[in-house]
Amino acid sequence: MAKQLYNQPSPLETRVVSKNFVIEGSETLDVYLANDGYKAFRKAKEMTPEAIIEEVKTSGLRGRGGAGFPTGLKWSFVPRTSPKPRVIVVNADESEPGTCKDRLLMEYDPHQLIEGILIAGLAVDAHKGYIYIRGEYRYLIDSMDRAIDEAYAKGYLGNNVAGTGFQFDLCTHSGAGAYECGEETALLDSIEGKRGIPRMKPPFPAVAGAWALPTLLNNVETFSAIPPIIRDGGPAFAALGTPKNGGTRLVCISGHVNKPGVYELPLGFPMLKAIYEVAGGIPGGKKLKAVVPGGSSCPILRAEECDIPMDYDTLAKVGSMLGSGGMVVLDETTDMVRFALRIMKFYAHESCGWCIPCREGTTWLKKILQRFYEGQGRREDISMLGELSKNMLGRTFCALGDAAALPTISIVEKFTEDFEAYLARQEVLV
Amino acid sequence: MADLVKLTIDGREIQAEKGKLLIEVARQNGIEVPAFCYHEDYTLQAACRMCLVEIEKTPKLQVGCTTPVAEGMVVRTDSDLVRKSRKGMVEFLLTNHPLDCPVCDKGGECELQDMTFRYGAGESRFVERKIHTDEKQWSPVVYFDAPRCILCYRCVRACNEGMGVGALGVGNRGAISEIVPNHGDHLECDECGLCIDICPVGALTSGAYRYQTRPWEMEHVGTICTHCADGCKTTLGVRNDEIIRGNNRDRSGINNEFLCVKGRYAFDFTKHPERLQSPMMRTEKGYEPISWSKALEVVAGRFASVKARGGKFGVIGSNHTTNEENFFLAKFARQGLGTNNIDHHRTGDLAAFFDALSGKTGALATTGDVYSAKAVLVVGADLAQQHPFLSFQARANFRHHQAHIYAVTTGPVREDNQAVASVRIEKGGEVAGVESLREKLKAEGDLVIVFGDSVQGESLRKLVAFGDSLGIPVKYVCLVDYSNSRGAFDMGVLPRDGGLSREQMLAATDLDVLWVVGANPLKGAELASKSAFVVVQDLFMTATAKQADIVLPAASAYEKSGTVTNVCGEVQRLKQAIKVMGTKTDLEIFGQIAKEMGLNLGIWLPDKVFEEIRKNVHGYGVSPALLAMGPVPTMPLNGHVAALPGAIQSSGDTLFTSGSLTPYSEILNNVMEAPGRLYGGQGQ
Repeated sequence: MAKQLYNQPSPLETRVVSKNFVIEGSETLDVYLANDGYKAFRKAKEMTPEAIIEEVKTSGLRGRGGAGFPTGLKWSFVPRTSPKPRVIVVNADESEPGTCKDRLLMEYDPHQLIEGILIAGLAVDAHKGYIYIRGEYRYLIDSMDRAIDEAYAKGYLGNNVAGTGFQFDLCTHSGAGAYECGEETALLDSIEGKRGIPRMKPPFPAVAGAWALPTLLNNVETFSAIPPIIRDGGPAFAALGTPKNGGTRLVCISGHVNKPGVYELPLGFPMLKAIYEVAGGIPGGKKLKAVVPGGSSCPILRAEECDIPMDYDTLAKVGSMLGSGGMVVLDETTDMVRFALRIMKFYAHESCGWCIPCREGTTWLKKILQRFYEGQGRREDISMLGELSKNMLGRTFCALGDAAALPTISIVEKFTEDFEAYLARQEVLV
Repeated sequence: MADLVKLTIDGREIQAEKGKLLIEVARQNGIEVPAFCYHEDYTLQAACRMCLVEIEKTPKLQVGCTTPVAEGMVVRTDSDLVRKSRKGMVEFLLTNHPLDCPVCDKGGECELQDMTFRYGAGESRFVERKIHTDEKQWSPVVYFDAPRCILCYRCVRACNEGMGVGALGVGNRGAISEIVPNHGDHLECDECGLCIDICPVGALTSGAYRYQTRPWEMEHVGTICTHCADGCKTTLGVRNDEIIRGNNRDRSGINNEFLCVKGRYAFDFTKHPERLQSPMMRTEKGYEPISWSKALEVVAGRFASVKARGGKFGVIGSNHTTNEENFFLAKFARQGLGTNNIDHHRTGDLAAFFDALSGKTGALATTGDVYSAKAVLVVGADLAQQHPFLSFQARANFRHHQAHIYAVTTGPVREDNQAVASVRIEKGGEVAGVESLREKLKAEGDLVIVFGDSVQGESLRKLVAFGDSLGIPVKYVCLVDYSNSRGAFDMGVLPRDGGLSREQMLAATDLDVLWVVGANPLKGAELASKSAFVVVQDLFMTATAKQADIVLPAASAYEKSGTVTNVCGEVQRLKQAIKVMGTKTDLEIFGQIAKEMGLNLGIWLPDKVFEEIRKNVHGYGVSPALLAMGPVPTMPLNGHVAALPGAIQSSGDTLFTSGSLTPYSEILNNVMEAPGRLYGGQGQ
């Protein structure tokens, strides 16, 4: 095929949500309609809202943004009979380091996302939607706007969606460069025009979200999975994965691999197979040292811990997370001190500053790691890194504090030898 | 009676109202839960994480300031884990906080110091470079040092929610977050200084108090502010007989932490170099200082001779002097001088007000009622300018209780931001404007009506009749200006029984004596009688004093004891903070003149005079013990109140002016907002 994608597809993929990527013109409505487009919406229009939600529950779909909360359950929390109008918000703030899948879904299959949003609208009786796209994705905001315009022009948004009488309005909203605005309540504050600071929960967004309206908020990939689920049924989707971890997900494999890229793999796919067969193994035949399983906010895994299936429950059992699907492969040449510093710089920069432990903690950790990396480290710094991270863990206002603390604790504990090596070098130089 | 729940904190069984915040319940039971960002008057933040406590059956530590208590909750505030968490939080906070204690004004009353001593580590583990920015000055009275700021956001909330001004916000992000003022590099606001006193550390400091002393070197005297009629308690910090600062951090009195720029800063008139410190007599060469004995001799002598030949006296009393002084002066005029020609600058039509309320009980609103009523109607007044504490109370009522606010004014007022309905009127259209809100007001649970001087005489009676007709409980506040206008009225500094009003005295060509106490009637007005003997008691050489024959230096309200009555009729005690050499209190001057004249008007000590007031002034039969503890409401005169001659007119002061004191307060003159009005424009 002539279409140039960001990476070559792999024969080991199970293409459900990315099945249209390879088709020329997949981002246009005509091509989408010619490839099962809006079959799911028409089917859902004939279902009751309860039936739609039940189908999503059966599919075992869990939030693809990172937290992995059961999607059907989340949809059932939105009070359909509230006197206040309900609102759909799509979290396209994709900022978790290592993650680059939502951009592909918006670039190659925007109409699938729109169809997913519409079905969600049917499920919770919502008629307004907002797609919050991170400001750095300037070109995607434009391309998403083009897709929305096309949908309006051809009657797939507005007062009479696909001739069914359903009314729905959709628009994009630009972020302004904050990772924290991927946190659902900070995103809602940002959409309202305020500083991107997270909110206290309760109340939860399902009950009081954007402008205090009941809000259904999910990740781009989660919404994109809805049309296939409704079209082919929940059980079919569930069967692709493992029990309680249904379906497939887009895995972003980067780092020391021969074929980095985004690959759609069923939940439960073995991690080592993903690295060596899907992503073509490590260049130069070097040894695997560590893997970041699902975005930098997850505890890191040593090579010997990576012989596991990739699903939410297994990753949780080994003390990490499936997270956002941003898998980073690190080979034996990786300096874990430098890696820890790099991600801590990110967290310190992105901390919103609201609460003491995250604001001061990430800054302090960054400074210690910087000093350590520059060769001025002390033995007590190693234990201090772990202690300070534990002083942050679970005590911050939102999960960013945990996102900074967890990887740091795991790197210090699992790769103490890298830190020791620095100290040994310093002694020699002195 | 709300539902009670039983819970356990640190092994103690405690009963509390269901749904109350855990931090409140703990504190009320003597269990300390530290917090920086939590403040019971403002929105919850859960930002500082100091109040994290252990709650059984929850995996993570929970935030005490947002957790409501529930039946059977088991809480530990003193476990090892909680101690470790607090120590960790203080440690984090101290990483970027500069070790400025030796040069920081807050030292000795700093909450971070207290927390560090109680919960922190003895030594720091931080060996990195701290983030530094230079200190900034945002206004003559507000300095901001960003490195010291712990980002508790109390100042932002106090300014936005409490004051309704919103001059402070947060800029940047993460560890370089900073509080920013509304004009980028400076503040344009009420200059109330609430941000400074509510700041737990030395990030926001007072430009007026800077580097002058340490808190433990001062004696703190709680007295009543001498400016507007709201009667806020101001705690004056005194060192070496000089007032160094004012605030209300101990939250005493009716006003909690609230003070406006005048209550907090405008005490500096007491030490102005032009303060009169010696009696003065007019001679051909100008004013010459004379001794007290000589001055009293001259005054008493003239008074006695005018009295002996049946001459005409005119006495103009003050809106600032104490109840004791007003009572004594009224007695002096009537009994001592045999005249009913006594008056003061009346700024509200209290006579018509009390007359209209005849026979009613419970119709006077206290400042507390403005905070707790279900609805508040403001008529013809810009509270934020002239009665900032009442404005604060109404706004707090809206924030805490969702009270319904209504405004009927000639221009925009700050209350518009919270109002259910705002009606713009022309002057004179107050009653019609209020009438247009009848349907909405009828549906309220109860109502407090606050009205300004444009409602007087006939329109005042109509307003009270309107209130009666609503069929709901209605209370009233008749606004007057200056710290003891109510007291001047209640004590009878009034031209009753055919006495001359203030204007009439000035116009009387046959006036023999004009005795002016703490007032400035000859500013912009002529004295018709060119041969009148003019005696003036005041703090400065005002326009009136410059026409006096004898000028007597008086003590200000911060230099004497006694009582004052605020705009809502609440009596409060003054406590002397300092003494200025050469001055005497007005009461002492009255007593000395009386003695010199051989009159027996009673003992001129404030306590003794107050005893007489209790017995003789209707509504002032208050218990001295109660009065010692706080404000006591007085009751209006019951029964018909005769109309009085003379005009009623508000002083027209703003937040940055205070009658004749304005020129002598450097603070009021240095702030960039003086003498104009920031908010409300023309609202009155």
